[in-house]
Amino acid sequence: MTANLLELKGVHTHIGAYHILHGVDFVVPQGQVTMLLGRNGAGKTTTLRTIMGLWPASKGEITFRGQPLNGVPTPDIAASGIAYVPENMGIFTDLTVKENMVLAARSARHEGELDKARLTWIFGLFPALQKFWLYPAGKLSGGQKQMLAVARAICEPRALILIDEPSKGLAPSIIQNLISAFRELKVQQTTILLVEQNFMMAKALGDQVAVMDDGRVVHTGAMAELAQDTSLQHRLLGLSLGAHA
Amino acid sequence: MNTTVVPVATPPQAIPKASFDWKPVLLLVGLMLAAIPAIGSTSSWITLTFAGLAMGLIIFVIASGLTLVFGLMDVLNFGHGVFIALGAFMATTVMGGMAVFADQGALQALLAIFCAMLVAMAVAGGVGLAFERVIVRPVYGLHLKQILITMGGMIVGEEIIKVIWGPLQIALPLPEPLRGAFFFGDAGIEKYRIVASLVGLAVFGLLVWTLSRTKVGLLIRAGVQDREMVESLGYRIKRLFVGVFAAGSALAGLGGVMWGLYQQSVTPQIGAQVNVLIFIVIIIGGLGSTLGCFIGALLVGLLANYTGFLAPKVALFSNIGLMVAILLWRPQGLYPVTNR
Amino acid sequence: MLLNRILSHDLPRSRWLALALLIVLVALAVAPFAFPGVKALSVAAKALVFILLVASFDLLLGYTGIVSFAHTMFFGIGAYGVAIASTRMEPGFAAVLVGTAAALLVSLLLSLVIGLFSLRVKAIFYAMITLAVASAFQTLASQLSDFTGGEDGLSFKNPPWLSPSFEPFEAPFLGVTIDGKIFTYYLIFTVVVVLVLALLRIVNSPFGRVLQAIRENDFRAEAIGFRTVVYRTWSNVLSALFATVAGALLALWLRYVGPDTTLSFEIMLDILLIVVIGGMGTIYGAVVGSALFVLAQNYLQDLLKLGAVALEGVPVLSQVVTPDRWLLWLGVLFVLSVYHFPTGVVGRLRAARRRD
Repeated sequence: MTANLLELKGVHTHIGAYHILHGVDFVVPQGQVTMLLGRNGAGKTTTLRTIMGLWPASKGEITFRGQPLNGVPTPDIAASGIAYVPENMGIFTDLTVKENMVLAARSARHEGELDKARLTWIFGLFPALQKFWLYPAGKLSGGQKQMLAVARAICEPRALILIDEPSKGLAPSIIQNLISAFRELKVQQTTILLVEQNFMMAKALGDQVAVMDDGRVVHTGAMAELAQDTSLQHRLLGLSLGAHA
Repeated sequence: MNTTVVPVATPPQAIPKASFDWKPVLLLVGLMLAAIPAIGSTSSWITLTFAGLAMGLIIFVIASGLTLVFGLMDVLNFGHGVFIALGAFMATTVMGGMAVFADQGALQALLAIFCAMLVAMAVAGGVGLAFERVIVRPVYGLHLKQILITMGGMIVGEEIIKVIWGPLQIALPLPEPLRGAFFFGDAGIEKYRIVASLVGLAVFGLLVWTLSRTKVGLLIRAGVQDREMVESLGYRIKRLFVGVFAAGSALAGLGGVMWGLYQQSVTPQIGAQVNVLIFIVIIIGGLGSTLGCFIGALLVGLLANYTGFLAPKVALFSNIGLMVAILLWRPQGLYPVTNR
Repeated sequence: MLLNRILSHDLPRSRWLALALLIVLVALAVAPFAFPGVKALSVAAKALVFILLVASFDLLLGYTGIVSFAHTMFFGIGAYGVAIASTRMEPGFAAVLVGTAAALLVSLLLSLVIGLFSLRVKAIFYAMITLAVASAFQTLASQLSDFTGGEDGLSFKNPPWLSPSFEPFEAPFLGVTIDGKIFTYYLIFTVVVVLVLALLRIVNSPFGRVLQAIRENDFRAEAIGFRTVVYRTWSNVLSALFATVAGALLALWLRYVGPDTTLSFEIMLDILLIVVIGGMGTIYGAVVGSALFVLAQNYLQDLLKLGAVALEGVPVLSQVVTPDRWLLWLGVLFVLSVYHFPTGVVGRLRAARRRD
C-alpha cells in the first residue's frame, strides 16, 4: 500500500467574493502520477495554486508528508519539497536559460555549483536547453519554454511536482518529449500531480486519476479503469474528450 | 525522440546571446554630438558635457534606488525625497565637523567627503528600514494608499528634519582643496564634478555587477518580472524587499550628499524639489530598469546643462519635453521591464 | 422630502455629521456679522474656497480613485484668468466673466489632454506625470512675467460692486458696515453652496455610480462594458473645472494672484491632507475637513504657541510643539488616517451612529 504523499480534505477556496473550490477531496499516492482532469473552469488550476499557498484555502485541510500546508507561506511550501510548473510556465523572460536554472537550483549560487550529472540528464531529455543555454529565455519557442519550465522543476530532486497543463499549444512531437521525461521521473520515484486536458497524454502517463467539475472532485480511481470505460469518460469529461485523442 | 545521454554539459560559445538594444545609448551619444554645432565652441562643449554627465550621474545615484524598489516591490515611494534631504543634512553636520581637517589637502578633503557619504548612507539606510516597516509595509499592493501614505511620510520626515537642523537653508561649501577646476585649454572641468562622476560610475558598476553576477541580483531581476514564481521556487522574497528598500534609501542618502555639495547649499525642501526630477528620470528610463535609469539620468543632466546654456527659459521644461518625446517613441520607457 | 432632493438623496446619515455640517453652514452664512474683523472674514472666505477646491478633488480621488497632483494647476488657472483679464481689460464684471470663461476653456483643454494621454497608464505613472506637469506649470507662471507678473504676481481691481471701497449704505447693518468685501463674500458663499450641491448631484447620479465602480475594480467595469478611459477623463475634466471656479473666487477675494497663492505644492498637500482626514468619497468630508483645516491653520497655531511657551526650555519637546511645526502633527494625523481611518472623520461619525 503506497502512502499518500499529499492529501486534500474538504478544501474550499474563495477568491474575493467568488467561491471557486467547494470542498475538494482527493489524495496523491507516493511515487505515482496522479492526473487531475476536468473541463475548463472546473477548478484544477485553483486547486494547484491553493496547494502552493498562492491562494489561501478558506476551509479544509491540506497535508503533505503528514504536515499541514494550510497557512504556510508559499516559499516554505516550495522549500519542503514541492515544485510547481504553472500554466503560464513562469519563465523569467529577461533572464537567460542558464540563469533560470541557477535560480531554480536553491543550493547553487552560480552555474558552477549546479549538479553536473543531473544537468547532463536534463540536457538529454531536452537538448534544446543546452543549445540555447546563454539565450534569454524570452526568445525560446513555446515548446522550449515549456521544457525549461519542467527542467527548472527537476533540476534538484523534489518529492512532489505540480504541473499545470504542460501540453497546451504544443506540437505532438514535443508532447512526446514531455511524456518521455515524465516517465523517466516516475522511474526515479518522483510523485507527480498533473493537470491535463489532453486525454491521450493522461492515458499514457497516469496511474491515478481525479476528475473535477464545478470546484469539486467528482471521480477518483485508477487511470486504467477510466481509460477503458468510454461511457464514463463521456459522462465525466463531456465532449472535450474526442478532440485531443 | 532522442533519449541518449549527451555526455558534455559545457555551454556552447557559438550561439549568440541576446542582441543588446543600443538605440537609447545612441540617443545619448547623438545628443552629445548634436550639441557641438549648437554650442559652437569646443571648450564650452567640453565643460557643459562634463557638467551634464556629472549631474546626470548624481541623479542616477538618487533614482536608482527608487526604480529598483518600484520594479521589485511594485511600491512607488513618493517619500523618497526624505532620504535625499536626510543625506544632504547629515553631510552638513559631518562636513561642518571635519571642516578644518578637510581644508588641509586634497586627500583629507576626499576623506572627509567619503566619511560624510558613509554616515549619510548608514543613517538613510537605517531610516529606510524604519520607513519600510512603519509606513510602506502596511500598504503593500494598495497603490492609492501607497501614494498617499508615502507622501505623508515625506511631510513628517521633512518636518522632523526642520526640528533637528532648523527650517532655513544651510550652506554646504566644498572643502578648499576641491574648489575650482582643471583647465584643458579653454575648457574648465570642475574638480568636484570629477569626484562626483567617479562615485556615480562606481555605484553604477556596483549595481550592474550585483544584478548580473550574484544570486541576490538574480533574485531581484527575476522578482521584478514575476514575484510569485520566485516564491514558488522557494525564496522568501519578502525579506529581500526590506533589504532592497534600505539599499535604495541609502543610495538616496548618498545622492543627497552629492547633490548638496553640487549646489553647495541645502534646504529642507531639497527632497521635494529633486522628487519631481527623479520621477521624470525613472519614467524615461522605464520603471524598474537600472540601465534605463542610467541613460535617462544622463540625458536629463546633459539636456539641463545644454539648454541652460543655449536657451535658459526653455531649460526648465527640457525635462518634461524630453519625457514626452521619449514616451511618444517608447511608451514604457527606454528599457521597458517585461512584467507578468 | 425637499432636503433629500437638494442633497441628491445623499444624506449625512449621522446625527453628528449633520450637526457639524449645519454648524459649518450657519457659521459661514453669518460670518460677516457674527465674527467681525478682517481676519475672521478672511478665514471664512478661505474656508469656502477650500471647500469647493477639496470637494472637486474628492470627485477625482474619493469617487474615481485617481491621484492627481495637478489640481492646484487648475486652481491657479482660474485665479490667473481673472487676474490677467482684470489687468488687461477694464476691471469690471466683463473682465471677470471673460477671465473666468477663458480659464475654464484652458482648464477644459488641459484636463482633456492630460486625461486622454495619461489615463491609459497605471495609476502611479499618472500621479508622477501630473506632479511633473504641475511643477512645470508653476515654473511657467513665474517665468512669463510679462503675462503673469512673474514672482511678484498681479494685483488688480475688482468690479465696482465687489470693491472694498464700495459702501452703498451709510448706516451699518447689524453692527457691520456693508461694503464690497461683504458682497464678494456672499458671492463666494452662494457659488460654493450651489457648486457643492451640484457635486453631490454628480456623484449620486448614474455617472457617479460608474465612477465608483471603476474605482473599485476597473477591469470589471471595462468588462461590463463601460469605457473607463472616457469616464475617467470626464471625472478629470469636471474636477478641473470646479477647481478653476474656486481659483476665480479666490482671486476675487484676494484681488491678488501670485505663484504661491494657488500653485504651490504646499496647497496641493493641504488638499490631500484635508480630503483624506475628512473622508474620501463623501463630499461632506471635504466640507467639514476644509472648515476644520482652515480654522486650525489660523487658530491652532496660537494653541501651539501656548504649548510652546509652556514647554519652553524642555529640550526636544519645545522644538516639536511649536506653531511652526504644526505641519508635523498634521502629517502624523494624515499617515494615521490613511492607514487606520480610511473613511476619515465622516466615516468615523457615521460609524458612531450605526453603533447607537
